[in-house]
Amino acid sequence: MSTVRLDAKTPPGPLAEAWDNHRFSLKLVNPANKRHFKIIVIGTGLAGASAAATLAELGYQVDVFTFHDTPRRAHSIAAQGGINAAKNYRNDGDSVDRLFYDTIKGGDFRSREANVYRLAQLSLNIIDQATAQGVPFAREYGGLLDNRSFGGAQVARTFYSRGQTGQQLLLGAYQAMARQVGLGTVRLRVRTELMDVVLKEGRAVGVVVRDLLTGEIASHSAHAVVLCTGGYSNVYYLSTNAMTCNTTAIWRAHRRGAAFANPCFTQIHPTCIPAAEDFQSKLTLMSESLRNDGRVWVPASPDDDRPPRQIPEDDRDYYLERVYPAFGNLVPRDVASRAAKRMVDAGHGVGSRKNGVYLDFQDAIARLGRQAVTARYDNLMEMYNRITDEDPYQVPMRIYPAPHYTMGGLWVDYNLMTTIPGLYALGEANFSDHGANRLGASALMQGLADGYFVLPYTIGDYVAGFLNESPVPTSDPAFARAEAQLQERISGLLSMKGGRTVDDFHRQLGRVVWDECGMSRNEEGLDRAVAHLPDLYEEFRRDARVPGDGESLNQTLEKAARLEDFFELAMAMCVDARHREESCGGHFREEHQTPQGEAVRNDERFTTVSAWFWTGDPTRPSLQEEPLAFENVELTTRSYK
Amino acid sequence: MNITLRAWRQAGPSDEGGFETYQVSDLSSDMSFLEMLDVLNERLTLEGLEPIAFDSDCREGICGACGVMINGRAHGPQAATATCQLHMRSFQDGDTITVEPWRAAAFEVIRDLVVDRSAFDRIVEAGGFITVATGSAPEANLTPVPKETAETAFDAAACIGCGACVAACPNSAAQLFTAAKASHLNLLPQGGAERYVRTERMVDTMERFFGSCTNHGECEAACPKQISIDFIAMMNRDYVKAKVNSRGNA
Amino acid sequence: MEFYRSAVGKKWVMGVTGIALLGFVLAHMIGNLKVYLGDGQLDSYAHFLRELLYPLLPKTVTLWLMRTGLVIAFLLHIHAAASLTLLNRRANTAYRGPRDLAVASYASRTMRWSGVIVAVFLLWHLADLTWGVTPMAPEGWTAGAVEANLAASLSRGGVAVLYIVANLLLGVHIYHGAWSLFQSLGLAHPSYNRWRRRFAQAFSAVIVIGNVSIPIAVWTGWVG
Repeated sequence: MSTVRLDAKTPPGPLAEAWDNHRFSLKLVNPANKRHFKIIVIGTGLAGASAAATLAELGYQVDVFTFHDTPRRAHSIAAQGGINAAKNYRNDGDSVDRLFYDTIKGGDFRSREANVYRLAQLSLNIIDQATAQGVPFAREYGGLLDNRSFGGAQVARTFYSRGQTGQQLLLGAYQAMARQVGLGTVRLRVRTELMDVVLKEGRAVGVVVRDLLTGEIASHSAHAVVLCTGGYSNVYYLSTNAMTCNTTAIWRAHRRGAAFANPCFTQIHPTCIPAAEDFQSKLTLMSESLRNDGRVWVPASPDDDRPPRQIPEDDRDYYLERVYPAFGNLVPRDVASRAAKRMVDAGHGVGSRKNGVYLDFQDAIARLGRQAVTARYDNLMEMYNRITDEDPYQVPMRIYPAPHYTMGGLWVDYNLMTTIPGLYALGEANFSDHGANRLGASALMQGLADGYFVLPYTIGDYVAGFLNESPVPTSDPAFARAEAQLQERISGLLSMKGGRTVDDFHRQLGRVVWDECGMSRNEEGLDRAVAHLPDLYEEFRRDARVPGDGESLNQTLEKAARLEDFFELAMAMCVDARHREESCGGHFREEHQTPQGEAVRNDERFTTVSAWFWTGDPTRPSLQEEPLAFENVELTTRSYK
Repeated sequence: MNITLRAWRQAGPSDEGGFETYQVSDLSSDMSFLEMLDVLNERLTLEGLEPIAFDSDCREGICGACGVMINGRAHGPQAATATCQLHMRSFQDGDTITVEPWRAAAFEVIRDLVVDRSAFDRIVEAGGFITVATGSAPEANLTPVPKETAETAFDAAACIGCGACVAACPNSAAQLFTAAKASHLNLLPQGGAERYVRTERMVDTMERFFGSCTNHGECEAACPKQISIDFIAMMNRDYVKAKVNSRGNA
Repeated sequence: MEFYRSAVGKKWVMGVTGIALLGFVLAHMIGNLKVYLGDGQLDSYAHFLRELLYPLLPKTVTLWLMRTGLVIAFLLHIHAAASLTLLNRRANTAYRGPRDLAVASYASRTMRWSGVIVAVFLLWHLADLTWGVTPMAPEGWTAGAVEANLAASLSRGGVAVLYIVANLLLGVHIYHGAWSLFQSLGLAHPSYNRWRRRFAQAFSAVIVIGNVSIPIAVWTGWVG
């Protein structure tokens, strides 16, 4: 596999014309022929649902698979804040160029210029499309669309539907796909999980799936396979992701030869509710907007156990305001997260487990009045109160960073094709647009741009080469081999009758990855993790317990299979983090920081994408690097002091 | 805290099923209800028993995957709260809690507390969309939508598709789900062109699976998003108009 | 017809026929209050009904038209209710554990029982005072002597109790029906929703008070 050359297929010429020129150069498939092509889409979040709907509208036969009971459960549904678009409705100087620049800079100069520029261009079409679908965006009294501002930008370009923008955009895409299901152009299979990607002569020709209700293993073939299966933050066990989010689809594709890019680029969101106790199953995000009016502090003395309201001003450390006087509480996500970790690690943590910092609204209430604070944040205050049983109007909120989004993912070219011909990756599952750090309100934008407006064009260029060729039949030995391997794997998992639960191992894996490859990383810790993780994995194989059989719904079996892939991914993350000797975006290497603790990039060496190939040993993947060329923006150092 | 849990156990759709009783001890009141089930499930696994199957995903009350009958109430005792957002502090130490799957003829029990809600997808596929192929949309601000209209449409669109409305309805009617989806789209000018054909198709599909509305109001009380039954009236009116307007194309 | 095949259509028909029946129940109650005027006023009222629109139409024709309309409304109301009940039985699966209803009222939960009982009572009531069939009708029942028949019938203690109980159930049925029909006909709006509940309360109270007062009055000897 190491002979594969990474060709990003970045179109030549000026950025602003690149996508138009590229589209013109792509091969087209005439409408009558499209129905002869079959495409498999895995996952029904923003990227998957929008791609499936659009491909079916164009005339392709589309088979869609989701492991949920209905497409609408995909985790895109939980996105709160909004979606960026360079509409410039506010007349505040926004433009495609500005959104492009903000996104490149926000990603700490580790993403591809051409991809990001296209994303900024397509942001305009997304808002039009979503509005026409009936997405109830917030509106002004005049009936026109409202915008709000978001972190990392100096313009108001975020469109939103209360605090449920992801839900509404997903419903729009789901409904567009449901229309095609009704028309018979999309065949939908729910509670069916992708377990393997099948290759023949080096290209993707189908998938092996498992029916979660009956355990039945089946093969499906197509001219192309599209993975829209989201991110892998659940490798940390505790994250803001939903319980079933996993890496299996992209990891199994990786094992079949798809390069995995920048696995160590993970985003830790600074404002989440800290874990209450060991039984905690997930972490809940509180919108970043709270930092507009809340002040972050910890007790100045680590031994100060007084309740927050009894700690006088002089004994408090408003550390963000102290260290970053220019931006104060509004520093970017990665900076705020690391500062909180430093405080907690130094013993200043608050709460009974000393695992959080205060986010205090006392001053805001005194300054603006309780009513104004209620108007801005009441739904968040209520959610916090419901979860913690504490009243944030009376006592400060306790917050702590939590894994939230993964910028890394399958390596894709400008056409969103992975290193396996015929296999595509969209949305959070690919690595393409956010570099080392994603800006708020950009994930929804990318998922929908990929699904509605990029893949439907670029896939034609590939399948056009197979006109008059049927998909490889599932009777082909390649499918039989993959099915047999899966059967063996499932039997192996079901034979695990040890003395610990699968969740217990997942918690342990999560702690290791969090400690060694979380908000800050160092050589020693990463080496320790790479050495320790294979042992932990062996222990899991030996000592975990998977009850039940494989012929009916078995949720523990599902978890165990996904956890296996998380183990291997964790090793790749640590290897990647160890390799990248610099600090950038969400990747903070303690060896590479200023005396004040700020990130130091190494642009000479690491203005690259690290694309890792499977070798059979997850701790020793082989590396190819894609150089990143910055011809339109100048590489600068971010400073928030 | 300690509780006694009476949980519905059923190996598969054709299995008879029945309640099993479990003592669950040393719980924290800060636990969510589903975390209590997690704790019990880990214990059952280590005791060599099969864990209780239940659906859950985001655990933030937005994906709609979770939902069980708790002491005879859909999503439990707290109003406007999905099961995943219900915490053990809503119960007393020593309580006996009965947990049962959603029940309706259209919601077949798959295993334990997991049911099949795919009939909801059939209703959406019948008409719960606005026909606008990708790329054909006009500029978003071309059609102003009064703020109040957009807000009301959102109130309906907030539906998470959990099925509590059907579970709570003594008739197993899906009027609130269907009305929420239809009203969300019918209220907006973008959805106006298909208003009547949408309502007709969605209602006709709904009635293939579910019972009829007798205006008990249980659905509204059970809805974690507090969607109003006014939307049901709106759908009924649109349905009558659809039938009156249709020019023999039935 | 296709409209009526749907459950929403049936509910709409129940709403419309419900309005007709509510109108009848109200008019019937007001007419009956003439019993308090004594002096054969009730008999004259019955006579007047038979000659309604005379000489435009022959005698009793209008009354029979109204009766036909009422019978159709009753039959449709009952048919729709019965078929919806069957549909709901098919759609529903009973909970095995406890069921804790949050808001459903006693009235809404008992509609089909209050409806059936009121319908049976209606037949009794017709046999008693309209057709004069024994043993429902009192001894000495005479066609046209409405006031006397009424007094004779209700002076039987058991019958008076029957009338009171049946009318209370009618009130319960109306209490849910008069609110619910707005919903079924699609007439709900936040601006007048709270009046719907009050309307239903007031309407059922008026009917119950008016109708129940008569057997009490007869029984206590205040009338007749």
